[in-house]
Amino acid sequence: MSAISASEKVDGFTRKSMRKAQKQRKSQGSSQYRTHTAPVELSPLPQLKDAPSTEQQELFTQKLQQCCMLFDFLDSVTDLKSKEIKRATLNELVDYVSTNRGVLVEPAYPEITNMICTNIFRVLPPSDNPDFDPEEDEPTLEAAWPHIQLVYEFLLRFLENPDFQPSIAKRYIDQKFVLQLLELFDSEDPRERDFLKTILHRIYGKFLGLRAFIRKQINNIFLRFIYETEHFNGVAELLEILGSIINGFALPLKAEHKQFLMKVLIPLHTAKGLALFHAQLAYCVVQFLEKDPTLTEPVIRGLLKFWPKTCSQKEVMFLGEIEEILDVIEPTQFKKIQEPLFKQISKCVTNPHFQVAERALYFWNNEYILSLIEENIDKILPIMFGSLYRISKEHWNPTIVALVYNVLKTLMEMNCTLFDELTSSYKADRQRKRKKTSIISSMADNISACNNECEFRGSRHLVLIIIIIWTFMLF
Amino acid sequence: MAGADGDDSLYPIAVLIDELRNEDVQLRLNSIKKLSTIALALGVERTRTELLPFLTDTIYDEDEVLLALAEQLGNFTMLVGGPEYVHCLLPPLESLATVEETVVRDKAVESLRKISQEHSPVDLEVHFEPLVKRLASGDWFTSRTSACGLFSVCYPRVSSTVKAEIRQHFRTLCSDDTPMVRRAAASKLGEFAKVLELEYVKSDIISLFTALASDEQDSVRLLAVEACVSIATLLPQEDLETLVMPTLRQAAEDKSWRVRYMVADKFSELQKAVGPEITKNDLVPAFQNLLKDCEAEVRAAAANKVKEFCENLPEDNREQIIMTHILPCVKELVSDTNQHVKSALASVIMGLSTILGKDNTIEHLLPLFLAQLKDECPEVRLNIISNLDCVNEVIGIRQLSQSLLPAIVELAEDAKWRVRLAIIEYMPLLAGQLGVEFFDEKLNTLCMAWLIDHVYAIREAATCNLMKLVEKFGAEWAQNTIVPKVLGMANDPNYLHRMTTLFCINALSKACGQEITTKQMLPVVLKMSNDQVANVRFNVAKSLQKIGPILDSNALQTEVKPVLEKLASDTDMDVKYFAQEAISGKLSYHWVLKPFNRLSYI
Repeated sequence: MSAISASEKVDGFTRKSMRKAQKQRKSQGSSQYRTHTAPVELSPLPQLKDAPSTEQQELFTQKLQQCCMLFDFLDSVTDLKSKEIKRATLNELVDYVSTNRGVLVEPAYPEITNMICTNIFRVLPPSDNPDFDPEEDEPTLEAAWPHIQLVYEFLLRFLENPDFQPSIAKRYIDQKFVLQLLELFDSEDPRERDFLKTILHRIYGKFLGLRAFIRKQINNIFLRFIYETEHFNGVAELLEILGSIINGFALPLKAEHKQFLMKVLIPLHTAKGLALFHAQLAYCVVQFLEKDPTLTEPVIRGLLKFWPKTCSQKEVMFLGEIEEILDVIEPTQFKKIQEPLFKQISKCVTNPHFQVAERALYFWNNEYILSLIEENIDKILPIMFGSLYRISKEHWNPTIVALVYNVLKTLMEMNCTLFDELTSSYKADRQRKRKKTSIISSMADNISACNNECEFRGSRHLVLIIIIIWTFMLF
Repeated sequence: MAGADGDDSLYPIAVLIDELRNEDVQLRLNSIKKLSTIALALGVERTRTELLPFLTDTIYDEDEVLLALAEQLGNFTMLVGGPEYVHCLLPPLESLATVEETVVRDKAVESLRKISQEHSPVDLEVHFEPLVKRLASGDWFTSRTSACGLFSVCYPRVSSTVKAEIRQHFRTLCSDDTPMVRRAAASKLGEFAKVLELEYVKSDIISLFTALASDEQDSVRLLAVEACVSIATLLPQEDLETLVMPTLRQAAEDKSWRVRYMVADKFSELQKAVGPEITKNDLVPAFQNLLKDCEAEVRAAAANKVKEFCENLPEDNREQIIMTHILPCVKELVSDTNQHVKSALASVIMGLSTILGKDNTIEHLLPLFLAQLKDECPEVRLNIISNLDCVNEVIGIRQLSQSLLPAIVELAEDAKWRVRLAIIEYMPLLAGQLGVEFFDEKLNTLCMAWLIDHVYAIREAATCNLMKLVEKFGAEWAQNTIVPKVLGMANDPNYLHRMTTLFCINALSKACGQEITTKQMLPVVLKMSNDQVANVRFNVAKSLQKIGPILDSNALQTEVKPVLEKLASDTDMDVKYFAQEAISGKLSYHWVLKPFNRLSYI
């Protein structure tokens, strides 16, 4: 055990950030279970470009087979020569499929996919850090990346090659392939997820027969993430792909897509790590609403149902998303949800966390939202007035108070008469309440005067009870 | 509301409806939790005809409210008129079993399982089984998931045609295309197998089991391992080899570490289920592989099972198997790179000594214990120390004591207070095994040092530890070794240490007895009533209350009472309060009771 630092002596808990700083960036290998049948040493093959064109195809196949050999990258000293040969070969292969035409002949497809599958499809290892916090912790990086990266690169070039024929490839790039690809999205290594994102996007674009399957599997991953594990590293990447998929949906939307929105995307908002993928999620939701404005009401009601109760950071994100939705909302849809929505907003502006209050008050800087509010001022002002008026007097944060004054001013200009009415009724209400409290406190004074003479604690309870009874009788 | 119509009997439901519509979730929740009272007030008939339809219609609410509702309905049988009418609880529970939120759904299934027992066989076929079928063929995965949990409760009590249908539905769900449903089915496979007739276990369950165990998703495969235990228990020994073992072998070598982890985690259950012969031939090599697995998670899970596995080996060649097959792996694990593996091993390794006997323990295990006592990870050392009793029985603790001491001292001074706390908790046990002399010589100073630790939890545990030591070694030992040191701390310049004296007195007085308490402790406590720190003074009051019952009435009257009365007029309100508490509390048994007539004043 290391020596105990003075600060540790004092509170015993080291700061999270301090502990984090001590940890170095780590990398880990994949959980390749018993594939380590001591790699055979590779011997370099001649360059493809030097081979006569009749032998190129054969050499290409040989090189693909050579690249099926896997190496242990956690052990940085073994097989150095072979590792280097494989790396160079992979580079050559990437180059070969991206610059040459006519190399993707039918017999090459199974060899190519076999090489890819052998290299990238692996069981992801258990996370080194069981309470991995993606927002704070450094991710564990894939040790075999020098090779895996090139294989991904190769797969991408293969898919993008002008000679690539989905009709042949679909025999190999099938549902099982896609399923394994999707599982890799859980990788902690962001570089890997980035590649996967582009690749899956290409596959979705080229293989029409796999589209429904891909959507369904993403669906399952999300549902599992929401209701079972609460853990999946690639949510943001998958949402990003979905964003562009949704963009391309034909109208009218199929029931399947609407169900996806309401039963998957909206519940995704409940996730603990929402911050990691909120931008992509909000984009998807807004895409849906732009396609079909009639979904606005159920979506906003859904968001209100899952509105964060204790997490201010999430609340700010929700408010951001609401503003994005309001930016594209149709006035008729706005009328349908304005009441529940502004009840929530009125709660947000009184939030003691100034960032929440501030985010809600920023709505009044948005021209389009202002015009919607103005159109419906008779409904919205009565909902907002009490909260705004109260925090203009009570909020601890001067910036918030200043913002509230501006908002009140704007609202007053929209409908002066209503504003005056609300002000006077609010004041009268306050007056009545203040009277009540003063009566209660004077009674309490009286009672505590007698209480001082009581010696037993039991009698204190009695006094309290009497106060409560009196209060009830009075009102 | 209905109550306003003058019909008083409608009042409860009116209130309920009112509260159920309230904007405040808490109020809605409260009203749901009072549901049984409301049902009672309405009577069985109106509960059936009015309350339940109302509840069925209002399932739209926050999940918290739904959870409470799902739970309540499970206990509603008597409130709807007993078993005869229990089926009218099915509609609301059916809707609850289809909601998205897992906890609500699970609770609804739990309640459905409960009330299924209250259905007559006829009702079960007329009402319950159709519900299961509806759920099993629902559109959205949630209802199908819920259905999985209901097959086994109705299967035993329905006719054979219905049974066949149920088996068919279960089969369908096992190959559902949603992994969530397959997971639910896999997790209920064992339970379902138990209620099936043996012929169907062989014909139906085995094929389902094999299919689930080779599912494309590892989260499904690992659940099949759990089912394997129940299935293996049901089958006769001669069928195991052909029906279960191929799948089990495959699971133990699965390419996903999660599945192998599950096998390791369930290893003792599997071992019992397959019996000694298969254990010898198949499980021993499988266990060796798990102990050498490439993933630390798997090794740790297997290490945890070392003792149980060895214990359950057939006795005739148990020792030989352990010595030649298991122990070499165990030796490697002692110097594993992962601390969780080492600490899992340390928590069970001592148990091997009882199995292997004295000689083997000294020759083979002792070096391992000693190595683990010097491990860099405190948890490993702690786990060894906490299991010392097993070795003590076999070879006596003396063999270890030389290595034990440095390990204990180091843990006692560990930077993490939780580690220090853990070692303190083992002190009474250690003291008992090491004997009073060894303790006085080597460990006593440690125990006293903990009293002035900078973490309160440690000081508190140290106090409690002293009490247990006194219980073990007796009052005389306390008087000579502990009490003087504790009382000495009363003059410490740090008020926290002075308070520790008081806490120790609270803990020790009973074990030390009246004499020591009155003659040695009481004077110190009384003297401390003049302390300048209010916290010390009110703790004096608390201490006096605590030790009061041990003192005789003379001491109470002449010494304690005046001090408490003085404290009761202290300037600090907390001191006053606790002094009054002490006066009116336990001490009043010995005193003249103060009249309570002041109360009538109000």
